[in-house]
Amino acid sequence: MTAQSEVIDPEVKSERILTQIQAINEALDIALGLDETVFELGEDIQDPGGGGFGVHKGLSTKYGLDRVRPTPITEQAIMGAAIGAAITGMRPIPEIMLMNFMAVCQDQLINHAAKLRYMSGGQTHVPVTVRTTTGAGGGFGAQHSDMLEGPLVHTPGLKVVIPSTPADAKGLLLTSIFDDDPVVFIEMHHLYFSISGHVPEGDYRIPLGKARLAREGSDVTLISWGRQVHDCMAVADTLAADGINAEVLDLRSLVPLDTEAMLASVAKTRRVVIVHEAVRRNGFGAELAATINEELFGQLAAPVRRVAAANTPVPYSAPLEAAYMPSKADIEATVRGLF
Amino acid sequence: MTAVQSRVSPDVLVKIFTTAAKIKMYDETYRATMRAGKIGGMYYSARGQEIIPSSFSAVLEPSDYVLTIYRGIHDQIAKGVPLNTLTAEFFGRATGSCKGKGGPMHVTDVASGLILTTGVVGSGLPIGVGVALSAKMRKSGQVAIVNFGDGASNIGAFHEALNMAALWELPVVFVCQNNQYAEYTKYSLGMSVDQISKRGAAYTMRSIHVDGNDPEAMYEAAKTAVDAARAGEGPTLIEAMTYRFYGHVMGDMMKYMPDDELEAARAADPVLKLRADLIAAGTLTDEQVTQIEAGLRTEIDEAFEYAMSSPLPDASDATTDVYAEGIAL
Ligand SMILES: Cc1ncc(C[n+]2csc(CCOP(=O)(O)OP(=O)(O)O)c2C)c(N)n1
Ligand SMILES: [Mg+2]
Repeated sequence: MTAQSEVIDPEVKSERILTQIQAINEALDIALGLDETVFELGEDIQDPGGGGFGVHKGLSTKYGLDRVRPTPITEQAIMGAAIGAAITGMRPIPEIMLMNFMAVCQDQLINHAAKLRYMSGGQTHVPVTVRTTTGAGGGFGAQHSDMLEGPLVHTPGLKVVIPSTPADAKGLLLTSIFDDDPVVFIEMHHLYFSISGHVPEGDYRIPLGKARLAREGSDVTLISWGRQVHDCMAVADTLAADGINAEVLDLRSLVPLDTEAMLASVAKTRRVVIVHEAVRRNGFGAELAATINEELFGQLAAPVRRVAAANTPVPYSAPLEAAYMPSKADIEATVRGLF
Repeated sequence: MTAVQSRVSPDVLVKIFTTAAKIKMYDETYRATMRAGKIGGMYYSARGQEIIPSSFSAVLEPSDYVLTIYRGIHDQIAKGVPLNTLTAEFFGRATGSCKGKGGPMHVTDVASGLILTTGVVGSGLPIGVGVALSAKMRKSGQVAIVNFGDGASNIGAFHEALNMAALWELPVVFVCQNNQYAEYTKYSLGMSVDQISKRGAAYTMRSIHVDGNDPEAMYEAAKTAVDAARAGEGPTLIEAMTYRFYGHVMGDMMKYMPDDELEAARAADPVLKLRADLIAAGTLTDEQVTQIEAGLRTEIDEAFEYAMSSPLPDASDATTDVYAEGIAL
């Protein structure tokens, strides 16, 4: 636990406090220990570094370089090799160092991983968990910061998971690894060290497609995932002081989607703000807004609102990047505008 | 480059001939069926390229893996994909290998080891690397054969795959079926080397340049590469020179292929040549060849009848096989 860490997840019954990066490392360790067919491949993942952020620390030492397999800088081959191994009995965990680099191997992901079960009529399937990390706000500029979940949820055959807490990261990653479909597991590196939380010991699985009710409320629903869940929680605290009681729903997985939980919450509060870090245009928030309108038109007390990044590349300089990012102030102002 | 010596037993040549004749007859039947207007769709004839996969089929075990491309009918037949379900898949029938969901460009038949057919040029190579990696990690002794065209050797995936396969010494054979054209462009217009096999040197990979229409040379090349892969001696790049008799896709007017070049290639039809050679050498009698061909005729006719009389898929099946379990789409 780092000094600045904020402790969350009071509902998880565990005394142990871990950072998200420790929780992910633990999930990988458990999966590698459980099943011989599980292996990792990616750039720089071997010890002593154990990856650019240290996600894999200790794992190549414990399981060997065959199973925690460093690769050249070769995204197409990383993804292709993972797919080929997956359709012949393995459970690979490829790492794409940063989400923007997934653009380099979209053919393998979109034309092959996502479609092989379907195109083969169910004869082959692709139990791959593609781990990647990303997020703006760190001054990494336009090619190292994008949230690209939009094109992924737009690709039938892929599952898309974005955890917000250490306990979820561990439980969702274990479920993803042992899931028989290709899962893209998006880790927002801002959360790696900034957020700590109670994390149960051992192997536990959190089902995909089950949203987490992060905070119960009655006046407005804030729907989010990843880093922005924490922003929503902070805004909910602020609003509570003024008597606005916000519910916060952390989707956790976008595909499969917990439509039921989303609609139940919005039907109850009759107001909704969808918050995501990806750019606004054609972001997943648009899909959620459409679904809510289709299902709950007439029951809403206000239009569905979205808070998302500006429709620009991610800028470098701090004030520009801050202007790009959806902020707590944006969320708060948008919620207040509904009343 | 490894020089290839020809010392192939008559039994092996008969096997190669039988597979090649099957591919040739199947292709003729398929095109005739299309011309008769009984089926539509795209068809990428592999007529002229039969000897390459037929030679491999004399070397491979049923448990070995083959990956191929949209022009893959020869590879699929040679690996032993049952003709009934294969044809039904081409016809989009519910009884097809992939229940009609894949089609000609996306045939998979796990039981016979035909693990992937891709419609994206070059994409099979990295996946073949993974198939071979899996075989190596599982210590299964299986070998992966990745087929692709001359044009595919220009795409990045080719180079990434060769590098990774060489680096990890994987049991994979990259088979470039150089039919001399990528769509409507002569292969030499697309590359700075005169032989694709030379590209193997960049990855210190065993590389073989071979006449893919010569069954003895092709068999030796296939055997050298597969034996090496199985012995743990890593990957091989084979450039097998060949020619496609009917252009890129059914309906291609072939104006970009010089008449004399095409005529010469067809005059040297490798299947007819092998047939004549086997008879001339006394390996097979005329009657034996006729008998083999009659057996293939029956098998192929039955497959086309099976496919034609098979039901189309039920529309309700359009939404299955997207995910493992029925999650909301
Ligand atoms: C990545 C990609 N680019 C373009 C195409 C369109 N295309 C289909 S076949 C083909 C030519 C490929 O030639 P070659 O690799 O020599 O294989 P051949 O068709 O001769 O067997 C092209 C350009 C494609 N399918 N995939
Ligand atoms: Mg070609």
